[in-house]
Amino acid sequence: MKFYTRRESLVLGGAAVAALTLPGVAAFAKSEDAQATMAKFTGGKTASEGKIELKMPEIAENGNTVPLTISVDSPMTKDDYVKRVIVISEGNPRPEVATFNFTPRSGIAEASTRMRLAKTQNVVAVAEMSDGSFRMVKRQVKVTIGGCGG
Amino acid sequence: MKGSFKLGLLVTIAAGSTIMMGVANSQDSLPAGVTSIKVATPYKGSPLDEIISGWHFRASETQSLQQDDFDNPGYLWVDKGESLWNTVDGEAGKSCASCHNEAAKSMKGVGAEMPKWDAKLKRPLTMEQRINSCRTNNMKAKAWKWEADQMLSMTAFVRNQSRGMPVNVQVDGPMKAWAEKGKEVYYTRVGQLDMSCANCHEANYGKHIRADHLSQGQSNGFPTYRLKWQKLGSLHRRFKGCMKNIRAVPYKRGSDEFVAMEIYLAHRGKGLQVETPAVRN
Amino acid sequence: MAGKPKPRVKAPKTASKGEVVNIKTLISHKMETGLRKNKKTGEKIPRNIINKFVAKFDGEEVFSVDIDPAISANPYFQFSMKAEKSGEFEFAWISDNGDTYSKKSKLTVK
Repeated sequence: MKFYTRRESLVLGGAAVAALTLPGVAAFAKSEDAQATMAKFTGGKTASEGKIELKMPEIAENGNTVPLTISVDSPMTKDDYVKRVIVISEGNPRPEVATFNFTPRSGIAEASTRMRLAKTQNVVAVAEMSDGSFRMVKRQVKVTIGGCGG
Repeated sequence: MKGSFKLGLLVTIAAGSTIMMGVANSQDSLPAGVTSIKVATPYKGSPLDEIISGWHFRASETQSLQQDDFDNPGYLWVDKGESLWNTVDGEAGKSCASCHNEAAKSMKGVGAEMPKWDAKLKRPLTMEQRINSCRTNNMKAKAWKWEADQMLSMTAFVRNQSRGMPVNVQVDGPMKAWAEKGKEVYYTRVGQLDMSCANCHEANYGKHIRADHLSQGQSNGFPTYRLKWQKLGSLHRRFKGCMKNIRAVPYKRGSDEFVAMEIYLAHRGKGLQVETPAVRN
Repeated sequence: MAGKPKPRVKAPKTASKGEVVNIKTLISHKMETGLRKNKKTGEKIPRNIINKFVAKFDGEEVFSVDIDPAISANPYFQFSMKAEKSGEFEFAWISDNGDTYSKKSKLTVK
């Protein structure tokens, strides 16, 4: 057993925080949940990147209400449209956030809402197209901790 | 990083931090319903060089919630207040509208001048106290609790009728002693952290307290939809929160101390436009 | 928000044929996640959220959302519809406890 001085434990504390934010270390379990949710949504198919946008602030002032807009590049005709878009969180207690169900009558595949973010994390959006293909986008949102007790 | 570990307190003010992290501060954008968020030339004797609304200190995504009245969730309460205004309640069989008719006319400007002296009771009344005085005396209805949904809705609705009008609360005559008492509360250090309102909101506004951006603690947007609360809340609720943060035993909502503080704080923000319902983090 | 949840809707009253119109909706609701505990008793507060939002036009679904507890209190949705004919929007919010809240809005296409 090794005893740390207060200064050393502070350094260690910092290292632990850094480790948490590294992909594949402590955050892995959550990211795995998110991947399982995504796999369930796509039926195991691979989602391509591009032609889908997820608009969120880089830094959220308060994790209780973070605005989010998803938009998918699609003509939205009867033959070629976006069926649904799932939003998945990698750092919340549960990965599911919401699923937007579009129809050709939607005109454009774009929707906005406000979501809760428990901490700094990646948010993923996956779109299912009418031809059975999938598209995805991922972005990181930093959640700040308020000065006055959060 | 190092600073934030200091004593494990939440109050470390980031040294020299004037970086506007995620803060828009765009001079061309304004909250809905107001024409300015600043008073460049404060009243004589103001401790502030410039009086600035809390809107200025918020991140752009929080600001955007107050730039469109539909996007502003505080309007859920304003709407409800409007329907309560027209709802008969109490043994007298009256609604607010029975006496005050159209709020858009009768309540215009009222919210900008509260708290106001009540000659009969010989004391100032906040909006909440004035509403309950009306309810119990004139409507013969039950008083609402300070933080009750109906009270928040009604205060938001009434104050919203003064949106865009400058805050101008009386601090002379019979109100003088109350304003002075409020000033004393404002500058008195309390709690385990031994802090006064002024330590954060006068001496350090514009700086960061951890990741939070300190405002001047102005009251022109109350009742306010706070993202932290995920609902509308009263000014006295905010006072309580601040006092808890400095590890002090908070005064009660509606206490003379808080009423005095409300008067003094309104005076500190003299000339700022009413923004109710504002959106803050 | 205590009391009956109250929806707000912003939808255009008129549109030209083929125009993509924008609709905004908001409803007062706490969106209780089911993960919080009562600070006094330590007991879990049961989940109660709006779990589904549906927008129909003349009875036909245009847009809907399956909602999880990660959606913020007082849920807000903004979306679009291509206006082809005059008709009526019907918006519905369904909560965990089975209550449904709804609001209608007419659209005239010129």
